[in-house]
Amino acid sequence: MPFFRFFLALLLASLLPQVGAQTFAAIPPLSSHVVDQAHMLDEQQRHTLDQVLSEYEARSGSQIAILLVSSTAPEVIEQYSIRVAEAWKLGRKGIDDGVILLVAKDNNKALRRLRIEAGRGVQGSLTDAKSKRILEDVIAPHFRQNDYYGGLAAGISALTSVLDEEHLPAAQKKSAAAIDNDGWLNVVAPVIFLIVFFAVVMYARRGPRNNLNSNGWGNHATGVILGSVLSELSRSGSSGRSSGSFGGGGFGGGNAGGGFSGGGGGFDGGGASGNW
Amino acid sequence: MKKWFAWLALAAAVLTLSSCGYNDFQAKDEATKAAWSEVVNQYQRRADLIPNLVNTVKGYAAHEKDTLEAVTQARAAATSFQITPEVLTNPEAFSKFQQVQGQLSSALSRLMAVSENYPQLKADTSFRDLQSQLEGTENRITVARQRYIAAVQEYNVLARSFPSNITAKLFSYAVKPSFTVENEKAISTAPAVNFGK
Repeated sequence: MPFFRFFLALLLASLLPQVGAQTFAAIPPLSSHVVDQAHMLDEQQRHTLDQVLSEYEARSGSQIAILLVSSTAPEVIEQYSIRVAEAWKLGRKGIDDGVILLVAKDNNKALRRLRIEAGRGVQGSLTDAKSKRILEDVIAPHFRQNDYYGGLAAGISALTSVLDEEHLPAAQKKSAAAIDNDGWLNVVAPVIFLIVFFAVVMYARRGPRNNLNSNGWGNHATGVILGSVLSELSRSGSSGRSSGSFGGGGFGGGNAGGGFSGGGGGFDGGGASGNW
Repeated sequence: MKKWFAWLALAAAVLTLSSCGYNDFQAKDEATKAAWSEVVNQYQRRADLIPNLVNTVKGYAAHEKDTLEAVTQARAAATSFQITPEVLTNPEAFSKFQQVQGQLSSALSRLMAVSENYPQLKADTSFRDLQSQLEGTENRITVARQRYIAAVQEYNVLARSFPSNITAKLFSYAVKPSFTVENEKAISTAPAVNFGK
């Protein structure tokens, strides 16, 4: 019986984290530049905004996305939006020029309903104060009239004109060949190393036979050194590969039409929140 | 027979090298340091905002002398605190750091509460800008602290669990301090609301 109780406790413990995760609002997948979970826009409006943001990304390289949800409760909007930012990773890797405009329609005022989450790289021009002004002076007046589309459109044009002041690197289409090349090197390097490794080991094994005081130590030392180097190499190889495909994958896909995903930009929690 | 033994030794060596976690310690130690610099950086950013903020408030609410002075003093205390790399290995210094920053936080929140009473101040554009910069920076601090906590957690789990704890002992990778709730008592007691004022 104690065994059964132990088993039950284990089962409970394994369930607990899932229960905890469910109490937070879920982060929707990044399906396009405009993710409307709260049904604030009709399909035509959503499509138009998506078009504008796609074109802006193609022109400048910066990624801006709109997320409309009904509520972020129990979290305040800042906590929810940094989770979204970490999940979506908008903006180019290393340039960090992503921006998220988040609206939580049914949040109560204490949790805040509007948020601009600015990537690290755009904060030179899109300061917190600018973000706040866009929320309060541009978007909120439209929203008070229930003109969600008008508010978002005006907000986007304000955002893009502010971002244009930032002197970011120009948009460039990452060719698929470059990514492949990179990945290819990461795969092949360990293989080459393996071949060299075995060649050396074979050589070392043959070596001591001619030696009088062969006690196997020669083998052993080479093995230890090579083994450690090899494990190190395979480790760095695999991590490099994953980050490489990550940064590139987002962009290649986004420009091709079809899917859209973040380019790996970083956020630090900068931006502003507001209400309407 | 000897050959066979050598291969076994090689396999064992590779296995122990990859499981002792020495390289993981390098990566995670650096990750915590990077996260910590971000925390310090954001606190510094807040400290840099304060002189302007105090001056702006002074222009409209000069007779809120006590509140303004409290902020200035708390800022002086926070910026004079020497942030050395030892802060990360010394829990006492760490909690001292947390304490001075916490005092600055509460002094600032009092100042912001007081400023609610001055409509002209609230309408001032430079005050509005400063207020939103401060708000944004407070959020950055929260995010930086969360990321530091996560990084330290990963590091500490490695430093404590077997068999990497042997490596930790060997190369003196001690458990690192993390942020805690500063005023547990204040949070657990509901604030008194008085509308009669």
